[in-house]
This record gives sequence, structure tokens and C-alpha cells, in this order.
Amino acid sequence: MELGPYILLATLEGAVTAAVLALTAVGLSLVFGVMRVVNIAHGEFFMLGAVIAWYVAHYMGGHPALGFVAALVLAPLLVGGLAVAADMTILKRIEYDPERTIVATIGLLYIIQQLTLMTYGPEARPVEPPFNERIALPWFEFGEDGRDFYYPWGLSTTSYKLAVIGAAAAVLAGVWAMMTRTKVGLLMRATQADREMALAFGIPVERVYAIVFGIGAELDINHSFLYLFMVIIGGLGSLPGTVVAAIIIGLSDGIISVFFSPTLAKILATLLVGLVLVFRPQGLFGTRAA
Amino acid sequence: MSVSARILVLHLGLLALLFVLQFVLPPYHHGNIARIMVLASYAIGYNILFGYTGLLSLGHALFFAAGMYGMGLTIQHAGFAPAPAILVGILAGAAVSAALALLALRTIGVAFMIVTLMFAQAGYLTVLYFGEYTRGDEGFVIQAAQRIVWGIDLSDATNRYFAAWALFAVSLIICLQVVRAPFGRTLVAIRENEERVRMLGYDTFAHKLSAMVLSGTIAAAAGAFYGLLFGYAGASFASVQYSILPLLWVLLGGAGTVLGPFVGTVFMFYLIDLSSGITTAHMLIAGVALVALTLFAPQGLVGEIKRRGAKWLP
Repeated sequence: MELGPYILLATLEGAVTAAVLALTAVGLSLVFGVMRVVNIAHGEFFMLGAVIAWYVAHYMGGHPALGFVAALVLAPLLVGGLAVAADMTILKRIEYDPERTIVATIGLLYIIQQLTLMTYGPEARPVEPPFNERIALPWFEFGEDGRDFYYPWGLSTTSYKLAVIGAAAAVLAGVWAMMTRTKVGLLMRATQADREMALAFGIPVERVYAIVFGIGAELDINHSFLYLFMVIIGGLGSLPGTVVAAIIIGLSDGIISVFFSPTLAKILATLLVGLVLVFRPQGLFGTRAA
Repeated sequence: MSVSARILVLHLGLLALLFVLQFVLPPYHHGNIARIMVLASYAIGYNILFGYTGLLSLGHALFFAAGMYGMGLTIQHAGFAPAPAILVGILAGAAVSAALALLALRTIGVAFMIVTLMFAQAGYLTVLYFGEYTRGDEGFVIQAAQRIVWGIDLSDATNRYFAAWALFAVSLIICLQVVRAPFGRTLVAIRENEERVRMLGYDTFAHKLSAMVLSGTIAAAAGAFYGLLFGYAGASFASVQYSILPLLWVLLGGAGTVLGPFVGTVFMFYLIDLSSGITTAHMLIAGVALVALTLFAPQGLVGEIKRRGAKWLP
């Protein structure tokens, strides 16, 4: 393959990563922005969403699409319920003290990981997507008789991946519309200024949270740190910033991974996040916190 | 007995007890206590920054690993003897913690935690990236023949116990001296109210920087000893897990107390040891312990004792 198709492939892979990252990061960003707590167990909730999605899809009889849709509906609801329960039994009792919240959510992380290991097991199991056609992508070159289209070997994507990107964009647009156009969004933005009120709006946050888990469920669940990255680089509590950061990191991760090594991509991303926090704590797009 | 004498008797008494204990312990617990003393030294280092200075770092595995790999790699690839290799490990820890402190101390609160977490994660990934030398997750074994210091074979159980005890004694005494000196008092004052300390004319940045370097250096010494005494260096020691463990031990034992890290390490070690006899779910127990602690005993075990009467405990 030449360089051109290679870059296109890397960009496409990056776009899928970016879509999933953006979704999860937006959940985290909402929680941080509205409630001012950092949930270390966020990645575990994400994983739990994936695991529940697998169970639902696996034990639902009938057409695979039926199980997939059921998983998409049930997984977010169940995870959301659990998050609400954790919030009410633990976080509320320690009054959302930032440091103690971090310690408590580390505890939750261990509990969820261990329980999942004991019941579900460590191996990865795919949820069967309802459609997954391979789509070969054309590439063009200038030959003797003008522009010439052809299908280079290995340059392909699947309809499911494209659907994930589309769904992610739709959900992000929905979240953004909710935050800026609806009463709930208005209330949530208001709680950023008044922490006491955040509790009262716990459920919308968790619901958004849970939708995020369900949609990302089929994809790779091994991203534990990347969510934090988006949120920090974009600016804590800034939704557009988070999305832009997810796209930057997702794309560069895809491209660096294809051309160099995935580990190097992760090292650069981690250092970038650390340095952004040090030198531009409000994030690239955030406004300085009061 | 004056407070000062009481403090000396208590801490030197603990050291004497641990010294004598090795003659009576069965081999299994003998090995456990040696391991606990090295890990408790790590926790003591962590406590200086977290318990006394009030800075919650989630990146101490970086310093632990700097010590471990500074020692391990120079033995493995540069053919160093163990003693200079340990020194390299400690210096590596001091350098890394100073570099991280200069960056991370520009931030406060949650940002400080995340910055330390991020740089430690970058360190972990770097260990994996240079897998050719570090052997990544798999790690490398330091052969018994490479672990002889001045004719003393550290792979022998008794010698290993002595070395672990020496490290623990030095760390404990350094911590005790530091927190009772004016420098340590200033650290506590920074923890309680940094603005006021600055207003009183102290250079709080320099104090926090020194605390972080001291903390990181002790952690690196523990890492170097751990690798040398137990003959193994692997990437898992650089992972987030090893940044969270000292936090857990210190919280369990009591943050801001000299004995807390040791008590917490013993408690956690045997909690997992005993529970793994019953179930394989030791992570579940650690998780429940963390949640229960934040809910019911935010001061930790020694912290509770201190609060309920023994106010003289340093």
C-alpha cells in the first residue's frame, strides 16, 4: 500500500476510537463539571456496561438484532441504577469531599473489577452487532489516462464502525442540545455554580452516563486512562472542549499507532495530559474555574 | 516519663521488637515480615508527602520503580555491584521526584493527583516501551550470584531480614526526626493552611519541593531494596496499583502518624494473606476496606488511637 491509503485507514481507525472516547469522556466531564468530583471508577462503570450488554445479548433469544437493541437499552439503565446507588450510599455520606471521593471510588473500582472477574471472567467476549459488512474503500491515482480509481488491499472498514461514529455524533449532539436548550441542561449548568444542588439532579447525570456505557459496549474496553485525557485536555466541565480533545487524541492515537507503536502513542498522550494540566489547567477550551 | 522519652521508647521499642522477632518467627512469617518492612518503608516515604504535607500523590509507583530499575538495570546491563547499584537507584528516585515536583507542584488539589498519576503512567508505559532492556511485564530476575554485598548473600533469609530491618529502621528514624524538627512542623502547617504559612514568610514551594524529594527518595530506596532482596524487577511495580497501595496502607494505618504506615502495611498484608486462604477475591476485600475506611475511620487505626487519647503520638 502507498502512503495515502495508509493515512486514510489510520484516520478511520482513529475516528472510531475518537467517537468512543468522546462519548465516555463527555460522561466524565458532565459528572466533574456538574458535581465537581472525579470518579476513578468511571472506566469500571464503562466495563460493566459492556459486560451487562454481553449478558443481555447472549441470553435474549430470537434475532441477534433484538438482543443488540435490548442490550443497548438495558445496559445503560442497569449501570445507571448502580451508579445512583453508589452515589447515594457512599458519595453522599462523605459529602463529595474531593480527596475522599477519589479514595472511595478507587475502592469501588476494585470491588467492581473483582466481582466481574468472579462472575464473568477475564476473557473478552464479543457482542454480535446486527450488521457488520466489510466495506472496501476506493483510492485513486493519476495514471496515464487521467484519474483512476481502484481498491487497494487492506483498505476497508465495516458498516458497524461507521454506525458507531454516527451514533456517537448523534449522542454528542443530543447531550449538547440537552445542556444548552433544555430545562434539565439549564439546571445542570446551574449546579456547577452551586454544589449543594447537584444531588437533586443526580439522575440526569447518571442517565447520560449510562447511555454512554451502552453505546460503547461492543468496542474495546481497555481504555482506562483515556477518558481522563479528553476531559483534562478539553477543559474540565467544557463539553465542546472535551469532544475536540477526544478527536485530537483519537486521531493522533490511530495515526501514531499505525506508523510507530501503540505504546509510544499512549506515552505521548499521557505526557500531553500531564503538561496541559500543569501549564494550562483550565484546559485548551475551558474557562478558568472560580 | 516526658513526651520525648515516651516517643523514643515506643519507636525504638518497635525496632528492637522487630529485630528480636526474627529469631522466633516460623519461616513463612519471617519472609512476610521482611517483605512488610520494605513495603512499610515505601509507605513511610509516601506518608511524608501525603500525611504530613497534605499532598495526595497518585504517582509514587514512578519513584518506587525508579529505584527498582535504577538498581536492577545497572546490575543487569552495566555489571554494577549491588551496593553502587542501590545508590544509583536512590539517586534516580531523587532526580525523578525532583523533576516531577517542579512540574506537579505548580498545581493543587485534584489537578496534583491527576498530574502525578499521568506522569507515573507515562513512566509505566516507558518501561513497557523499552521492553528490550526491561523485559516489560515479564520482568527480569536478579540472580542470587548478583546479590552478594560485601560477601553477604542477600538471597539468604536471615540476611534478607537484616537488610529489610536496616532499611525500615533508617526510614522510620528519618521520618521521626523530620516530623519533630521545625521543617516537619512547617510541613504540617502547610497542610493545615498554606496561605497563612506563606504569609508568615515561609517559602512554601521550597518546603513542598523538599518534602516531595525526600518522600520520593525513600520510596526509591524501598524500590531498590525490594528488587534486590527478592531478586526481581517487573513493570507491574510501576503500575497504578503500586501508587494506590501506599495510599491504602497509610490511610489504613493513619495518615500523618509515624507508626501509621507500618501498622497499615501489616494490617493490609495479613488481611489479604488470611483472606486469600478463604477466597481468591482479595481485591474485593481491599476495595471494601477502602470504602469502609472513607466512611467510618477517615483517621486510620493509629489516627483513631491518637484522637482518642494518645495525643502525644508524632
